[in-house]
Amino acid sequence: MEHYWQEISALTMRWVRRLSREKFSMLFTLVQPMLFWLIFFGNLFQRAADTQVMQAPNYISFLAAGVVVMTVLNNGLAGGVDLLFDKENGFLERLMSTPIHRTSVILSRFIFVMAITSMQVLVILGVSYLFGVEPATGILGVAMILLIGMMFGVGLTAISMAMAFSVKSHGDFFSVLGFLSLPMIFLSSALVPLTAMPGWMSFLAQFNPMTWAIDAVRPLILSGWSEALPHVGMVIVVMLIFDALCLYGGAKAFRRAMG
Amino acid sequence: MDRTVAIDVSRLCKTYDTHKAVDDLSFQVYAGEIFGLLGPNGAGKSTTLRTLITLLHPTSGTATIMGYDCVREADKVRTVIGYVPQERAIDRFLTGREHLQLLGALYHLSKEEATKRIGELLTLVELEAHADRPAKTYSGGMKRKLDIACGLLPDPKILFLDEPTLGLDVQSRLRIWEYVRMLKARGMTVVMTTNYLDEADQLCDRLAIIDGGKIKTMGSPVELKIALGGDIVSLTLKELDRIPALETELKGQPAITSVRATTKGLDIRVESPEKALPTILESANRLNCSVEFIQYNRPRLDDVFIAHTGRAITESIPEAESA
Repeated sequence: MEHYWQEISALTMRWVRRLSREKFSMLFTLVQPMLFWLIFFGNLFQRAADTQVMQAPNYISFLAAGVVVMTVLNNGLAGGVDLLFDKENGFLERLMSTPIHRTSVILSRFIFVMAITSMQVLVILGVSYLFGVEPATGILGVAMILLIGMMFGVGLTAISMAMAFSVKSHGDFFSVLGFLSLPMIFLSSALVPLTAMPGWMSFLAQFNPMTWAIDAVRPLILSGWSEALPHVGMVIVVMLIFDALCLYGGAKAFRRAMG
Repeated sequence: MDRTVAIDVSRLCKTYDTHKAVDDLSFQVYAGEIFGLLGPNGAGKSTTLRTLITLLHPTSGTATIMGYDCVREADKVRTVIGYVPQERAIDRFLTGREHLQLLGALYHLSKEEATKRIGELLTLVELEAHADRPAKTYSGGMKRKLDIACGLLPDPKILFLDEPTLGLDVQSRLRIWEYVRMLKARGMTVVMTTNYLDEADQLCDRLAIIDGGKIKTMGSPVELKIALGGDIVSLTLKELDRIPALETELKGQPAITSVRATTKGLDIRVESPEKALPTILESANRLNCSVEFIQYNRPRLDDVFIAHTGRAITESIPEAESA
């Protein structure tokens, strides 16, 4: 157990060090979702969006929940990238030829991605606060938002790692990634509530786990506990199933790749 | 030499779908020797190596390292081996020292133990001055030295080197060879793959020539060369179009074992040069072939390779031969 902890903390430290060496990349990763979606998109649609349809005081407050979950989505889906490069340049083999527990590398990646994502979510909520969006459920609500984000993120990161272990080249990986990310966002309640979507889109969006996450985060920000709780209960069940499926698939891909 | 068996591979097979990457391989590596797996790319060397370091499960057959089974006792195996993957298995953003610190933790060394060993290794591979720079600023040779330091960090009983000098300049190659010899002198067992014939010849105590997933022949470089029998006379001709005629003429002559056309002339394997040389020159004269250059050689490892696989090791690059 002591060994296991030594391995995981050293491997997690490596991800942190890598990030700190890439200051620009870190800055852009942190700033991008707020800048693009919250500040530009949010303000751009401030008057075009109908607050009656949104059921929110303004578009930014409606959008905040969507941006939070979108950040989780993008970080999660990109979570396997570093392992992909490790696999391609042989670093992963070097790690796996040492007497470490077989799950240490993966676990360190989960810890790192979850930590970065949580930080970003807090930054997004902070920036929203500057635009006048105050989470209706307070600190506890913010903690709940982080929990939901992490539950969704674990599954996504598992998918990403499974892909990293299965693809032939990193070109394939990034094509699939690019193909997944935007449709997932458009076919969810991130930008527009389901009720305002064309029928076929809202039909598809119902099956998107992202929609469930957003529908729980949004009332935590906009309404309050009484309205949020049923959604929160529901999303926890949905995410448990989602995570179980993703982790199962991820474990299979990992075992296939690592013998 | 100590004849303790360090590695025992028995009837090892690895099949991908229908392709047999490794086909019924059996060999032993003795403690304290440098053992080479020589073969062209795709011959099955890397597959064999990766099975030994527990990263691949064999389809059938067994491999044991210091008596531990590579599948069932993989954890034990990992504690006695060091591995140096092919070039570039480096995290560009980490410094040399951070690489070693990371591995120190993965081998469960205490902080003090790790610091001590890292200091020694950095001195050994002459990277102290560069230890705190990110690896992306390293030259190819420096990266390779760091690779080797990483492989040595666990103070392994057996060190596995995968193509240790692939793509390196001549000077770095010689440096790496020096390290390998020094490790052997310290009593370490070294297993390496290579597709450089001169490297295998210079460095390995014993080697196995692998092609198409099978061992074609195995032994010390000297044994392999002697086993071929016969020395080689190489002719370079002025008129290249005369090569086929002279080849036909010489084939089957007494004292000549075999004749093979090369790009510039002929390689003629002879039983004894004293008897064969006059015949060769006489035939060349009769056919009006002017000989530009004549060279007499004991067999080279290239010849061993060609004799056992039926072709030259196509990947050997010119630089390798000049080293």
